[in-house]
Amino acid sequence: MIELENINRTFQVGEQRIHALNNINLSIKKGEYVSIMGPSGSGKSTLLNVIALLDPPSSGKYTLNNRLVTQLNDDQLAQVRRENIGFVFQFFHLIARYSAAENIEIPMILAGIPAKQRKQRVEDALTAVNLQSRASHRPDQLSGGQVQRVAIARAMIMRPQILLADEPTGNLDSQAGGEIIELLENLNQQQVTLLMITHDEALGRRAQRRIRLIDGQVIQS
Amino acid sequence: MMAQDVMYQAFSAIKTQPVRVFLIILAMSIGITSVTVLTALGESARMYIVSEFEALGTHLIIVLPGRTETTGGQPPLFGATPRDLTLADAEALYRSHHIAAIAPLTIGMAPVSIRGLEREATIIGSTSALRQVRHLNLAKGRFLPETDADKALSVCVIGQTIKEALFAQQQALGKWLRINDRRFRVIGVLASEGQSIGVDFDDMVIVPVASAQALFNRQSLFRILVEAKTKQGMYKAVDEIRGIIKLRHEGEDDVTLITQDSVVKTFDDILIAVTLTVASIASISLAVSGILVMNVMWVSVTQRTAEIGLLKALGATRQQILWLFLTEAAMLSVAGAITGLILGKATLYALQASYPDFPVYLPVWAIFAALAVSLFTALIFGVLPAKQAASMNPVTALNKK
Repeated sequence: MIELENINRTFQVGEQRIHALNNINLSIKKGEYVSIMGPSGSGKSTLLNVIALLDPPSSGKYTLNNRLVTQLNDDQLAQVRRENIGFVFQFFHLIARYSAAENIEIPMILAGIPAKQRKQRVEDALTAVNLQSRASHRPDQLSGGQVQRVAIARAMIMRPQILLADEPTGNLDSQAGGEIIELLENLNQQQVTLLMITHDEALGRRAQRRIRLIDGQVIQS
Repeated sequence: MMAQDVMYQAFSAIKTQPVRVFLIILAMSIGITSVTVLTALGESARMYIVSEFEALGTHLIIVLPGRTETTGGQPPLFGATPRDLTLADAEALYRSHHIAAIAPLTIGMAPVSIRGLEREATIIGSTSALRQVRHLNLAKGRFLPETDADKALSVCVIGQTIKEALFAQQQALGKWLRINDRRFRVIGVLASEGQSIGVDFDDMVIVPVASAQALFNRQSLFRILVEAKTKQGMYKAVDEIRGIIKLRHEGEDDVTLITQDSVVKTFDDILIAVTLTVASIASISLAVSGILVMNVMWVSVTQRTAEIGLLKALGATRQQILWLFLTEAAMLSVAGAITGLILGKATLYALQASYPDFPVYLPVWAIFAALAVSLFTALIFGVLPAKQAASMNPVTALNKK
């Protein structure tokens, strides 16, 4: 479902031209569990951002569900992103003034789903991440692990087929981290394609498929 | 994204900044208050003056001696005329069919005294027609008798101020008072008029015109007040008056005619201009608060960069982000405008309470104009920050702390 062909991404930093992604060719099938590893600055995050349609590649072709997405405009990209891709961040990125339930609701608000339907789906999502009793808590009243579970519920609320996670356990202790991984792997078992960036070799080995990046090139796949 | 969701999101963002919100609403409301109060004052002054004039009668014609226009030659600039307006001129005007009443006027200052009490007062010489032309009301007695204008009767009608100064609580009717060295019998006391435009009838003594001419030893008239029968007839009367005077003044068109409605119109025009000027000066403060709105929105966008990045990552379009921030700006401004209108209304009520005679009136259009202008300012000044937010790169925005 994800097809990357000769993808390049370059940045201009001052005088220097940085080749963050160097001729990437990658094909990921529905339901795969892929870990992306590599040293800092190897282009892991850039790759994830390109796949998430947040960052346009400088050149190359990206086909998502048989649709060429490299030529879409900003608003079309926003729609594809909303419907197909869930994103979990290392720093959670919940909005501090909203409760857990309201944070989970945001993608549905952007999609224009009526309030009544939203309420039901938020309840279901909270149940799925085992946080029913925390619906009205704000992020600063939740533990790190709980916050990340809210973030996962938010990422999955539009029922995307692809879930991208950028070091989802990077800011959690090992127990909370373990719970998060379990949650993500559960989703993967329900046929959600899971792509996860990690520094942790042990975590990386749990994935069926491992991609190693060095200097913007895929070394092992 | 539905309208009520946009509103809710914008509102929740506003709520997190109470101090900033208070300041911006304060600034906006001061602007709106000053615009509404000043517009109301200007508009009320206009209505007041126009209604005062109209109370004098709308088909009044004033005949002045001399012609107020330059002749293109040497000074004097105001075409002075060697021919005065006389009582005979005034009488002659009755030849016009469009005239209902004619009141010749002579005016002068003279000491009025009774038993050692003396007061300098304005003496008006006129005829019984003055009462009709100026809509004067009597408190007691009667007005000047209807006799020939050239009869110098020794009677007078006095205003309230004179009555109180010279007679206090005593009966004034039938008493004799002295003007200069002549004696006049009081036959009437005017009802208090309050301040009427230009002239204070309370502080006056009205005597027959011939008596006034004798008092001041002057044959010329100060002016002639003419009331036309109808409003339509007024313009015909103007032409006829001009013709009659020209005939009597050896073919010289040497009087100036002022119609009441032209005076009203002039005042109306001037006061509308004043109102608009004052309102536009006050609206500078609206522009200032618009810039404040922009400032607040810049800060809001900068502080919420990560949030904007997140919204984009979750699938928000440019349009949605733009509307989110514009709605926030609009809400701030409208809140300010409503506060301002309330403050303005309160100020006007206070003014009305302290000056009950002056009718304070806030035109409805001013309320809508104030709301529209504040909304417009918000959108104009909110658009730049909102555009900046909408066009942010999601990756860089997300990584901002």
